[in-house]
Amino acid sequence: MPTRPQKVYYFGTCLIDLCYPQAGMAGIELLQREGVEVLFPQQQSCCGQPAYNSGFPEEARKVARQQLKAFPNDYPIVVPSGSCGGMLKHHYPKLFANQPEFAEAQRFSGQVMELTEFLVTVLEIQLEDRGQPIKVTWHSSCSALREMRVIDYSKSLLRQLRNVELVELRRERECCGFGGSFSVKQADLSSAMVSDKVADIEKTGASRLLSGDCGCLMHIGGALDYQKSLIPAQHIAEFVWERVHG
Amino acid sequence: MANSSVVDFPKNFTKALNDPQLRHNLRSAMDTLGMRRRTLFSDPVSFEQLRATGDEIRQRALRQLPELLEKLEKKCTENGIQVHWAETPAEANQICLEIIQRHNAHRVIKGKSMVSEEMHLNHFLAEHDVEALETDLGEYIIQLDHETPSHIIVPAIHKNRDQIARLFHDKIPNTPYTEVVEELNAIARKVLREKFLAGEVGVSGVNFAVAETGTLCLVENEGNGRMCTTAPPVHIAVMGLEKVVERLDDVPPLLRLLTGSATGQLITTYFNMITSPRKAGEKDGPKEVHLVLLDNGRSKIWADPELRQTLKCIRCGACLNHCPVYTRLGGHAYGYVYPGPIGSILTPQIEGLVNAGAMATASTFCGACEEVCPVKIPITDILRRLRNESYQKVDTPHAVKGHGYKLSVIESLTWKGWALNNMMPWANALSAKLLGLLSAQLPRLPKVGLLKYWGQSRTLPKFAARSLHALAKEKGLRDE
Amino acid sequence: MNNARANILARLWTAISPDDLAPFESSVAGSALELSRTERVARLKQRMEAMHAEVVITSANGWIDALKATLRQRLLNGLLYAPDTALGKALAAVWDSDLPPLVGYTETIEQCKERLFAIDASITSTQGGLADVGALILWPDSDEPRLMSLAPALHIAVLDAAKIHDSLAQAIAHEHWREKMPTNILLISGPSKTADIELVLTFGVHGPKELIVLILDG
Repeated sequence: MPTRPQKVYYFGTCLIDLCYPQAGMAGIELLQREGVEVLFPQQQSCCGQPAYNSGFPEEARKVARQQLKAFPNDYPIVVPSGSCGGMLKHHYPKLFANQPEFAEAQRFSGQVMELTEFLVTVLEIQLEDRGQPIKVTWHSSCSALREMRVIDYSKSLLRQLRNVELVELRRERECCGFGGSFSVKQADLSSAMVSDKVADIEKTGASRLLSGDCGCLMHIGGALDYQKSLIPAQHIAEFVWERVHG
Repeated sequence: MANSSVVDFPKNFTKALNDPQLRHNLRSAMDTLGMRRRTLFSDPVSFEQLRATGDEIRQRALRQLPELLEKLEKKCTENGIQVHWAETPAEANQICLEIIQRHNAHRVIKGKSMVSEEMHLNHFLAEHDVEALETDLGEYIIQLDHETPSHIIVPAIHKNRDQIARLFHDKIPNTPYTEVVEELNAIARKVLREKFLAGEVGVSGVNFAVAETGTLCLVENEGNGRMCTTAPPVHIAVMGLEKVVERLDDVPPLLRLLTGSATGQLITTYFNMITSPRKAGEKDGPKEVHLVLLDNGRSKIWADPELRQTLKCIRCGACLNHCPVYTRLGGHAYGYVYPGPIGSILTPQIEGLVNAGAMATASTFCGACEEVCPVKIPITDILRRLRNESYQKVDTPHAVKGHGYKLSVIESLTWKGWALNNMMPWANALSAKLLGLLSAQLPRLPKVGLLKYWGQSRTLPKFAARSLHALAKEKGLRDE
Repeated sequence: MNNARANILARLWTAISPDDLAPFESSVAGSALELSRTERVARLKQRMEAMHAEVVITSANGWIDALKATLRQRLLNGLLYAPDTALGKALAAVWDSDLPPLVGYTETIEQCKERLFAIDASITSTQGGLADVGALILWPDSDEPRLMSLAPALHIAVLDAAKIHDSLAQAIAHEHWREKMPTNILLISGPSKTADIELVLTFGVHGPKELIVLILDG
């Protein structure tokens, strides 16, 4: 594991920026709590994934270039999302293959780390739970699970919390059906998938749904809300920060 | 494949999604197949090692494809197997028909073969007064109901026992209604035994063809494949030309990967290796064995290094079993012979993007398919490539047929605008602020445009009054 | 047809890239199983029984008695066998009249198809076995044709324990298959089966409903 750095870059992601800034701030608070300085480049925007997955690689590259520029130094780039993290870490080298920025993209990708993995493996964070007993369930985003492979780290954070009971979903490894533009272009399919996910969540008896990805949370949370469920969906960073901050 | 007309995907998808019986049948079947596979490949380290081997074998075979095909032809010919080449399904059908007619045959018995489905061989033969009877139980069931396979390994998986019971009762004379699976099997055994006796020509697919020995390998559990390749005097094997492997030593790892990935079996009941027709003095086996090599666009796919990886496929069906989209649709909704993730990358390349490009949109890129693929096909990368070429005219020799078919000014402008916004920090900050203000004014955004589709099952998110950029700035976070 | 061949090969040869012609680096090492003879017998038995084969461990001297005992428990109209093999001769020499009659596979399939499909049982030798997956290796030939192990509802196979290999890869290597591929090789792991209806596993579809393996160990 890399040695404990003095400073890290924080890549907030566009969705957190626009809709869930409190989740982004919670991640920052957790990093600062461990004595790490968090740098937040104001020039950052989106990782480029929406265009990359929709058939517009040129547009994705233009936006990705902006991120390469915004994070010029070799500090770790911490990302509170498996999906955006996967784009930055695993797809930038492909996006910039045969491009002049290839080496720069490789440099950048090598620095990317998902937030919970960083907290657990690099900072070896120790959490003290100050919250009331609660039962939660966990949704693994596909990128966190299969590209970033960080689910064990995310769950290990929850398991550190004494008063938190984690009830696993029956189909934890199955996609919620978000898939970016898939959710509107294949709306029926996406709806069928998220309905099954909601049913699975309801069955756990948990009073909160946690995940490390705001895309899935927006999708599942929106479906929970639509079905008048009382289970809120929350980003793990925000939840953990609440529990330890008291 | 299919009718070479544009498939109405939205209609098919809606129909499948609104069929609770189908959803139920598929879900339980896919859960079972997935569980069996996990049980067999329970050790992730040895599985990764095994599939690295599988990947390497397939890559090595494809690199030498023209040489191996020539070698296979030479070895087969030396062994007495007659080799035929077909550029199109129509040519392959014609080759089969001529062989059948040369023997004055009218009754063909068939083992399961996806390539023959790709050729629509049964339909073609029927038009020429030749009955082609499917003898694999699943294939027999769907043929009775005039359907096509909905899965490449378990073709009748969309049906449950009640549906099959009714089908047998209705379609097979003097058959009592029974939902007991053993009895249904016994009925099929009895009917098909007669057919095996009467079959004049046997048709099969090929799982692997070994170039160095000229051997055709067939995997099966029921014994019908052996019947078709042993009892009639003539055997025709049809094969996609990518199925060739270099060496006999390549067979054991591929066999393990195939049976393990497909149904969680260490090995199937039968593994049948055919190297020649009946030799002098031998008492059974076909006197003639024909191998039909079908291209149908494969050589074009092969020419592109990225797309070529599609051809590594050994048709295990694991990607279907683990796909959240396939699990909810079944195979018929895709409208083409090969459904699921592998179908979604293979079909648009063969049929062209105009006809089948929409298949590439039926994925969330969840990656479950790649995780289980025994030969590591980069399915999501190829899906992205197909999406890219759907929107862009590409100036390379290996562009997918129909590239640029989705070229749309509105969509292009939307993404250009999106890119501009995300390239210019001031624009990004401004739009975040505006969206925040808008959200404050309108507690619920109107459900128009794409939001309408989102809104059919999900409430819309709210935009925050202050963005993370703004909060980070307020908190005094620096930049370097 | 000739055009198809030429066109396909021309397309492939034209598109071949320098990468395709470069030496291919193999990074994969095969992991070989190494079992003792006892382990091989035990593993094969366990695996094949899991696939509903009946496996009897017997000896070179005792197997015919074991076979007779098995046959006497059943009502069979005949036992298809190969009269010209050592196995067939041994059987014929000691066959009893209360047993199902031995029927030789002596004619070609064209001459005996109906009779062949009507007979209840068969007995064949085997070329060997595979311990890791639990399967028999059969090399059918002019004495023991291919349908012997397929058409009758009961197939009995005689397997010499010394000829059980660890794996298919080992069998291919040790027996030099590459140099002498016969008309047909079969691997058989149990009676015929299907799971095509609701994935319910049932045995005895088109091939044998029962498979009995007599392992000659000692």
